[in-house]
Amino acid sequence: MTLELVFDIGLAALVLTVATWTLLARETTAAVIGFVAYGLLLTLVWVRLAAVDVALTEAAIGSGMTGVLLLTAAARLRATEAVANAEQPGATLRVVAALLCVSVFAGLAGIVLLLPEPGPTLAPQAAANLGSTGLGNAVTAVLLSFRAIDTLLETVVLLLALLGVWSLAPDRVWGGRPGPQGNVQRDGVLVFLAQLLPPVGIVVAIHLFWVGADAPGGKFQAATILAAMWILAQQAGLTDAPPVDRRWLRLVLVAGPAAFLAVGFLGFAAAGAFLAYPAGYAKPLILFIEAALMPSIAATLALLVAGPPARTEPP
Amino acid sequence: MAEFLLGAAAFVVAMVAVGLLRLLRGPANTDRMMAGQLLGTGGIAALLLLAAATNIPGVMDVALALALLAAFSSVAFVMSAS
Amino acid sequence: MTLVLDILTVVAVSAGVFFFLAGTVGLLRFPDSLSRLHALTKADNLGLGLVVLGLLPRADGPFGALKLIAVWLLAQLAGATVTQLLARAARTAEPQE
Repeated sequence: MTLELVFDIGLAALVLTVATWTLLARETTAAVIGFVAYGLLLTLVWVRLAAVDVALTEAAIGSGMTGVLLLTAAARLRATEAVANAEQPGATLRVVAALLCVSVFAGLAGIVLLLPEPGPTLAPQAAANLGSTGLGNAVTAVLLSFRAIDTLLETVVLLLALLGVWSLAPDRVWGGRPGPQGNVQRDGVLVFLAQLLPPVGIVVAIHLFWVGADAPGGKFQAATILAAMWILAQQAGLTDAPPVDRRWLRLVLVAGPAAFLAVGFLGFAAAGAFLAYPAGYAKPLILFIEAALMPSIAATLALLVAGPPARTEPP
Repeated sequence: MAEFLLGAAAFVVAMVAVGLLRLLRGPANTDRMMAGQLLGTGGIAALLLLAAATNIPGVMDVALALALLAAFSSVAFVMSAS
Repeated sequence: MTLVLDILTVVAVSAGVFFFLAGTVGLLRFPDSLSRLHALTKADNLGLGLVVLGLLPRADGPFGALKLIAVWLLAQLAGATVTQLLARAARTAEPQE
């Protein structure tokens, strides 16, 4: 019974406890805090499984961004929370839901326990072909070279999600600024933090972006940090959320996926297939795509958290 | 040494869990907002200890990202509750 | 030399973890919101500082040590300012007797 085993078992038990507690929490704010704690515990789990890229993404998105997104959603729903809590589902509904949940759980448990040993994987081939991409980090190579089509589709999905969020705005404020007015009191402490933290955040983001080629990191985690710093500056009142009908904003949002698509179509001419990189040009192309995607993803994430447009400019 | 650091990391995680339990039962709103701070500081300490105990490269960057994001989400907690 | 550094690591990390314990005990036992905030931020940040001090000898190279200190400084900055914000929010929410 080594210490590592004890640590892992304790961590797993803690994850299950926090997850159960989050499901059973009475108030939405308490549940959101439970969710953020769950994200942090999952980060530790990923580190124990030596998946550091996933741990970085979990710490950045799972704990940070999604937590704040859920918090703003809970704040919007606060008015209806009493009514929602008063509703009680009937007995048949509860029984059916319980049966469905148990069957899904049984199915998943069966699949996990019956997995072949060792599981089918393409990891050795990916590791063997790493040299052709010029990268040292296998995860980045898979994301931006071997399965680049998945990354392209994911960035487009992010944009579509943002369009979905914007479409929730009432007609009269379409094109306006998202979210309520920032902290106009000019509270000295918050302004101090918002002036000191973003430059550090930008440096850390560039470091993560650059180091992602050979070590855990990459554009997505860097973009999340940039988005968080922008939102912090908005909350402190140092800068306001931009109106969503500004051309520069829409250009920034679209530039990343457009560059990715352009490189993809160039692959037809240069190497014979969509998103194929010509030999020897793989790493510069990958860096170009990452550099174009980083500001787009940062802006998309920040606007997703900011929400639908809520106020227009005075004419 | 690695075992000692792993044990220290486990202890810090246990402390964070116990503290979280207390904060989430706390009657005042302030207690809920403090959870962000507790998770941030405790999480960074546990990650740093894990990084030194297991020698996996890159875990220090996770602690760096967590420091920044924990500050951001703590501010968001305070702003949303007040 | 390495024995001395190892002893430093063990002592500093143990002290840091002890301060985490003290902070959690304060969190559990203090009667008031503000005093719990005091226990949480002061003790936990001191614990983090001692843990960083203990891990410095084991950092890989000057860049690794610099990253450790940068993490600690960031945590200090964030902790100090967020505590101020929390305390102000607590004071305006609960009227003082």
